[in-house]
Amino acid sequence: MNVDLYLGLLRTGERVLGESFRQVAEGHGDEPDVYRLCTTLAEQCEDHERRLGPIVGRYGERPDDEPERFHADAISESRSGPVGLLRDLQDLYLLASLVDVTWVTVRQAALALRDEDLLTLIEDCEAETGVQLAWILTRMKQSAPQALLVAS
Amino acid sequence: MIDRIADIWGTRTPFAQGERWPVRVDMKLAQGLDEDQVDRWVQSACVLCSNGCAADIAVKDGHMVGIRGRAIDLVNHGRLGPKGLFGSWQGVDNGDRLTRPMIREGDRLVETDWDTAMSRIADRSRKLLAEKGPLSHGFYTSGQLFLEEYYALGILGKAGLGTPHMDGNTRLCTATAATAMKESFGSDGQPGSYADIDECDAMFLFGHNMAETQTVLWMRVLDRLAGPNPPLLVCVDPRETEVARQAAVHLAVRPGTNLALMNGLLRELIAIGGVDEDYVAEHTVGFETLQGAVEPWTPDEVARVCGVAADDVRRAASIFATSERVLSTVLQGFYQSSQATASSCQVNNLHLLTGKLGLPGSGILQMNGQPTAQNTRESGADGDLPAFRNWENPAHVKELADLWGVHPDKIPHWAPPTHAMQIFRYVEQGSIPFLWVSATNPAVSMPQSERIRRILQKPDLFLVVQDLYLTETARLADVVLPAAAWGEKQGTFTNVNRTVHLSDKAIEPPGEARSDLDIFLDYARRMDFRRDDGAPLLDWTCPEDGFRAWQECTRGKLCDYTGISYERLRGGSGIPWPCNEDHPDGTMRLYGDGIFPTEVERAETYGHDLLTGASVGPEKYKAMRPDGRAIIKAAPYTAPHELPSEEYPLQYSTGRTVYHFHTRTKTARAPQLNRAAPSAWAELSRADAARCGIGEGDLIRVVSARGEIVVPARVGDVREGTVFAPFHYGYWEDERTGPDGRPTAANELTQTEWDPVSKQPIFKVAAVRVEKVADATGPAPAPTTTASRPADPGSAPPTRGGPDAETIEQLRPTEPPAVPTSEEHP
Ligand code: SF4
Repeated sequence: MNVDLYLGLLRTGERVLGESFRQVAEGHGDEPDVYRLCTTLAEQCEDHERRLGPIVGRYGERPDDEPERFHADAISESRSGPVGLLRDLQDLYLLASLVDVTWVTVRQAALALRDEDLLTLIEDCEAETGVQLAWILTRMKQSAPQALLVAS
Repeated sequence: MIDRIADIWGTRTPFAQGERWPVRVDMKLAQGLDEDQVDRWVQSACVLCSNGCAADIAVKDGHMVGIRGRAIDLVNHGRLGPKGLFGSWQGVDNGDRLTRPMIREGDRLVETDWDTAMSRIADRSRKLLAEKGPLSHGFYTSGQLFLEEYYALGILGKAGLGTPHMDGNTRLCTATAATAMKESFGSDGQPGSYADIDECDAMFLFGHNMAETQTVLWMRVLDRLAGPNPPLLVCVDPRETEVARQAAVHLAVRPGTNLALMNGLLRELIAIGGVDEDYVAEHTVGFETLQGAVEPWTPDEVARVCGVAADDVRRAASIFATSERVLSTVLQGFYQSSQATASSCQVNNLHLLTGKLGLPGSGILQMNGQPTAQNTRESGADGDLPAFRNWENPAHVKELADLWGVHPDKIPHWAPPTHAMQIFRYVEQGSIPFLWVSATNPAVSMPQSERIRRILQKPDLFLVVQDLYLTETARLADVVLPAAAWGEKQGTFTNVNRTVHLSDKAIEPPGEARSDLDIFLDYARRMDFRRDDGAPLLDWTCPEDGFRAWQECTRGKLCDYTGISYERLRGGSGIPWPCNEDHPDGTMRLYGDGIFPTEVERAETYGHDLLTGASVGPEKYKAMRPDGRAIIKAAPYTAPHELPSEEYPLQYSTGRTVYHFHTRTKTARAPQLNRAAPSAWAELSRADAARCGIGEGDLIRVVSARGEIVVPARVGDVREGTVFAPFHYGYWEDERTGPDGRPTAANELTQTEWDPVSKQPIFKVAAVRVEKVADATGPAPAPTTTASRPADPGSAPPTRGGPDAETIEQLRPTEPPAVPTSEEHP
């Protein structure tokens, strides 16, 4: 069974995404909405990671021997200025998409396994990841014209 | 004669449930003047709050000399409040007005003629358009102009320039009202009517100090309370307001915890079987999501988080469930606090779960602050598209393009409209180098004043300010345009419950001042904005041209004005929209049939996630299949972002007093109002004052992470742990633009944060500390007649108006006006 591999991937993905939200929050503190929402969304990711703990414990965690193929790195440094914000949001979008698609994959397995605990968790977390993606996209759409046309 | 400074709400005219509210005609004339000496009475309505009280302006020798309520009007039945009585006419007809345009020469503003001032604006505008395009232009308007003026501004910004950077100070006062209605019902548009006060069994006031913000509406409530079978009141407010004093249940929640309370009320309502399951099944979507979200919020949990008694939560929910007809009102205590939209949507949900909506006595009033805020929202002078069109719906954009004769892509709809706080951020970053401010004073009214002043002073910013007075903001401008005031120009405006009034011109504006409409039309001409067929974009010659153009824009829309005309508005009562062939006398209530404008083709928005503000988008919206049903939305409670700490142990909230409007530019010029609340103060609870060694009137410093104010302390009735300061007191009297060592503006302390959905700034949650600066030289200058009263009644002399506050009240001179019977008895 390879579910354990994917659960590990998910947990790492949430950790990486949470760290990245925090990095973008700190890096763009002058945009109050970015700061506040990225902080809130980082907390969501940390909560997902925590809640995955017992389930990973149950299925066991397989040592991760192919990190470069599965894991994206967290955003470790944020860019500055309006275009920098746009680029950082874009990076967040990619990381969140990876998490999103991993939840979708795990859900299929959980359905087949009829693991009710896992399904409840997926129900909550997948929806929140969906909102995270939608927020990043909303904020990018808002910033794009000004950043690309007028900002210096 | 009644001293209407001392007696804010005047004489009671009690009435019973279901009766019509008796008439009381309030009149104030200049000292020594009799009614028969007045030359003319000119029809209008008051513009000093959102209530929209109809009034006639007294004119003598070309000056405004007084005011009288209109008995025939459905809104006020003849009454006026202190601001209307004293502030409306004296607030504009005085010697302080701007009379000539001014331009900046170095560090000075010098007077000039209109042509020079307007050419400067148009030249800069053209230059920036050529170099950087339309996104270099921002407009920040008001909730105090007229409908026709906003629509002109909306057209020139959207179809002339093509900038999405348009908003009003309505963002600070009423954005959440509009947003909450859009999220729940699919569109802006007030469901309820003031007449519901006459009919209801219970009233819930959510963060709404109606007694001070809409005094005449509160008179209607007081008259019901004084009559047989009065309604039960439930008040949610951290302060001991007059509303709280009359309430059966007062929920004095901790600032920033509204959503926890609302989730608790909803949970309790469900738990005690208060849900109308048929209504929910037939007329709503989303109930299951709500059930899940409110589940953790037991009364005890609410008590823990909000600091209220669990039994009071139960009692409030029970009153809502068991009262046959319930009216709710919502204002700044919700709109300017954390999770504003989410909390306000939960008020809508209380009514949606019980089906108590759109019926006599059962309804919702998501209030406005300013008199014409509704029009800013309708007309497209803020970010929204005119007449509640959806910027994400290409068909709606096309309708506007056809109406205005321009290509759809000229009209900005590629991104969400830019809200005020973001406009100022772009100015700060230098990507908006042209900002035109009309009829508002952001240097005092926006959060974190020091930052706003810094932005407005940026050397690379070209700032145009159009106002009646040389405000703090105007002093920072590159061009100052003197505008005509209320009573000096013609136009219409719409109040909280959709009632449209005509305001006629009573006197000539002072000096060379011009109406805001004329100024916008002049700019459009100079910029040579044209339709695609070559005709001028704005060819109006008078306000009524604008009104007719607006009627076309609203045809078939929820805010249909096609059945209203200047002619019909003259002589009678104001008329609530929609008014058209189907509703020839206007419409008192919306949604009594349980059908909402949520169809994909009609919706003003596809909605947002209430926690983050993420757009739902057309596909997901369609998949939800609202199809005319209301949308029940929920959100998890999150604690306020700035909580008390060791350094800043107290919670800080700003607000208003009954005697002033905004930054006092009008009300401080009415001697009666100014004497009642002459200068700034801050309110502390008895316990906190004792702990800090502060007594009544002591000079204190209130400090937050952003700045400080130094003002006298009122030891009053605020909740322990909180400090309250009125936001009216800036620096214009001393010809200052900022504190200059004497900070008094409440917004020196507030933070730059806004609700993720409505983008309304949060003025009611910040952390501060308080320290004593000097001993009192007398009591604080805070009124004793309202929520700012001293905890110890003997510590300050009572607020009195004196001889020039004496007002004539005529009780029951005529039968009360009746709602057009065709609607009440179809
Ligand atoms: S209640 Fe409002 S509209 Fe009415 S008189 Fe007072 S300030 Fe004016």
